[in-house]
Amino acid sequence: MDLALAPETLARWQFGITTVYHFLFVPLTISLAALTAGLQTAWVRTEKEKYLRATKFWGKLFLINIAMGVVTGIVQEFQFGMNWSDYSRFVGDIFGAPLAFEALIAFFFESTFIGLWIFGWDKLPKKIHLACIWMVSIGTILSAYFILAANSWMQHPVGYKIDKVKGRAELTDFWAVLTQNTALSQAFHTLSAAFLTGGAFMVGISAYHLARRKHIREMKTSLRLGLITVVIAGLLTAVSGDTLGKVMFKQQPMKMAAAEALWDGQKPAPFSIFAYGDVDKGHNTVAIEIPGVLSFLANDDFTSYVPGINDVDKAEQQKFGPGDYRPNIPVAFWGFRWMIGFGMASFAIGLAGLWLTRRKFMLPQHLRVGDDEVPHLVLFKNKALSPKLTPWYWRIATWTLAFPLIANSWGWIFTEMGRQPWVVYGVLRTRDAVSPGVSQGEVLTSMTVFTALYAILAVVEVKLLAKYVKAGPPELTEADLNPPTKIGGDTSDADKPMAFSY
Amino acid sequence: MELHDVWFVLIAVLWTGYFFLEGFDFGVGILTRLLARNRPERRVLINTIGPVWDGNEVWLLTAGGATFAAFPEWYATLFSGFYLPFLLILVCLIVRGVAFEYRAKRPEETWQRNWETAIFWTSLIPAFLWGMAFGNIVRGVKIDRHFEYVGSLGDLLNPYALLGGLVTLTLFTFHGAVFTALKTVGDIRVRARKLARWVGLVAAVVALAFLLWTQADSGDAASLAALIVAVVALVAALVANQLGREGWAFTLSGATIVAAVAMLFLSLFPNVMPSTLNGDWSLTVTNASSSPYTLKIMTWLAVIATPIVLLYQGWTYWVFRKRIGTQHIAADAAGTAH
Repeated sequence: MDLALAPETLARWQFGITTVYHFLFVPLTISLAALTAGLQTAWVRTEKEKYLRATKFWGKLFLINIAMGVVTGIVQEFQFGMNWSDYSRFVGDIFGAPLAFEALIAFFFESTFIGLWIFGWDKLPKKIHLACIWMVSIGTILSAYFILAANSWMQHPVGYKIDKVKGRAELTDFWAVLTQNTALSQAFHTLSAAFLTGGAFMVGISAYHLARRKHIREMKTSLRLGLITVVIAGLLTAVSGDTLGKVMFKQQPMKMAAAEALWDGQKPAPFSIFAYGDVDKGHNTVAIEIPGVLSFLANDDFTSYVPGINDVDKAEQQKFGPGDYRPNIPVAFWGFRWMIGFGMASFAIGLAGLWLTRRKFMLPQHLRVGDDEVPHLVLFKNKALSPKLTPWYWRIATWTLAFPLIANSWGWIFTEMGRQPWVVYGVLRTRDAVSPGVSQGEVLTSMTVFTALYAILAVVEVKLLAKYVKAGPPELTEADLNPPTKIGGDTSDADKPMAFSY
Repeated sequence: MELHDVWFVLIAVLWTGYFFLEGFDFGVGILTRLLARNRPERRVLINTIGPVWDGNEVWLLTAGGATFAAFPEWYATLFSGFYLPFLLILVCLIVRGVAFEYRAKRPEETWQRNWETAIFWTSLIPAFLWGMAFGNIVRGVKIDRHFEYVGSLGDLLNPYALLGGLVTLTLFTFHGAVFTALKTVGDIRVRARKLARWVGLVAAVVALAFLLWTQADSGDAASLAALIVAVVALVAALVANQLGREGWAFTLSGATIVAAVAMLFLSLFPNVMPSTLNGDWSLTVTNASSSPYTLKIMTWLAVIATPIVLLYQGWTYWVFRKRIGTQHIAADAAGTAH
């Protein structure tokens, strides 16, 4: 059989495509749920109409996005059984539980309350309607936690034993699976990155409108909210990334050595800015490095020893028998860098934006603007950003929207490919996890179908988003400003059209 | 009663919940072609399930996740074995979800018509395939000593399973029709009742044939009792529909689904997926289940979470209890205003 089309290769490609695609929507769903909830809370508390318009605007984009997140998530759950049945047989005892928790606790929460929120504008009193979007937000975060705990178990299996008679892994400590440091740091890192994504999304779209002097009131509020989110989330993403990195250096030394293209252990170990390796010979032909930084990243100590790819490979051969225990080094190395690079770029742009648009009481009189004007971008005391640079700043801010999406995708590619050849680190190899009974033709069919379907849906979704982004916040109606006082809606006019209908 | 027996019951409950709830969602989707005469009427139908279809679908995700956790072998054999039918179901569920959410997001006629077509087919196909899948599970398929499915796609297309597909298709359509009669007002309500009469009669004939076949193949006293309940409930649902007692008609069509699913699981027990090649290679509640520790964790989850879910999901139906008619559908088909 042609190796390029072996069922294992196809199943891996399918998992990669469907997972990265699903994860384009997930972080936006998580963060936009909370940000929309925040804006709606501001509306309920202040009754300023700009908050309601902003809630409706971001809420609409959130809904277009969550629809895709939900439907692509269905595939994720059943893919384990379809393409990875031997994986499911071997670890289902452990891996199935967090998935069941996710469905029964988080999915029901999300999907029920999202229905209430979408259709409830004229059926629920203001505060109950607001509670619904907060419930959705809680649901998205819970959902993320359970699935990340499951993934963390694949990176670092705990709380289990191998039953030799049954030939499977069995759960011994569910609490350990849910609360091991891998799960905690992965959840912390992924959720921070999710908010970085949502913040950048808000910044990008607000900047697009402000550059055109449209919807200024709502977009100024949204821009500031987005910028603050980007900066806080960016900081947390960096901190949690460092924490997660240190955990991985201990638990998956091969992954981190590959992330650095560090072939042989060094003391102190340098951080590589650029490397071009010769995988067959096991060393880099080109490398630009900063001395000592990798030691610090791994162990908080600039002079400590960090094992290299070749060392870990030898150690694993002794432990697990002969074989090649190296992941795809270029993908791990560059994936790691793209993740950090694009993540940090969004953070830097957010920080610059926060400074340039700082509050009016910090500015001299002639640079202050009213509520209905686009803010001046003020560089430092008494000096605005030059007129030449201003349009560029708005443009760059708009592009920022895409940066975290790229960083997220590479983050997953790095962490999942960096684990290879293992699907459960040190316990089960990826090649032993595929469905033996599923033919090459079947996997090829499903991969083709999903890829084609996803491509079509991507076009539809992006066009729809663009349409609603351009349309801007909606005009408010009488019904919007007079929400019902009773559950089920007020009965004054039984034949009045619904506030929202499909 | 061992924990794996408890979980057999719980998995049956989850599938029952799924078929009861998404059953009428599928039915309403099918009725967009059979019942609705124009766009406003199609929108009335879609909006009867608008706020709830997504929550109803989670029953499937929970059934899947719980099967994975409680019976990993069953989950692995089932989803890798019935590969292409499940692929088709997944594609339908993806397109269907997007169709509901995106249909009204643009005003163009072609756009809306295409999504409406999608809603019809992506409701009809899974409604048939679920029955076919369960028909095959109950009848037994070619499973080897390693619990691998070794049959072909053609093996899944046997008469018994195809009849099972027709049962779910007609039963869900009937269930959707009495649901529509319960949830709408005006002309469409009257026509839904009329349509329910005919669809219900067809469903009764098909279901009776399939359930008797099942009983003859692998039934016992308990499954016979469930069969009788299912048939009586279906006849009673038809009578209630005839008398215009819509609440009763819906309750009884739901009871039909519950009893029919119960009958299938009763005739299945203690197997979860029998092998037609060798009885020793059948997947059973014992050899397909997880360890007692995992089942205990899962039981705690089910005991605590399920009542809460039922409570707030039920509350949703209370919030949206008002009937819908064409007058409630805003004239701007674009749906851009909100």
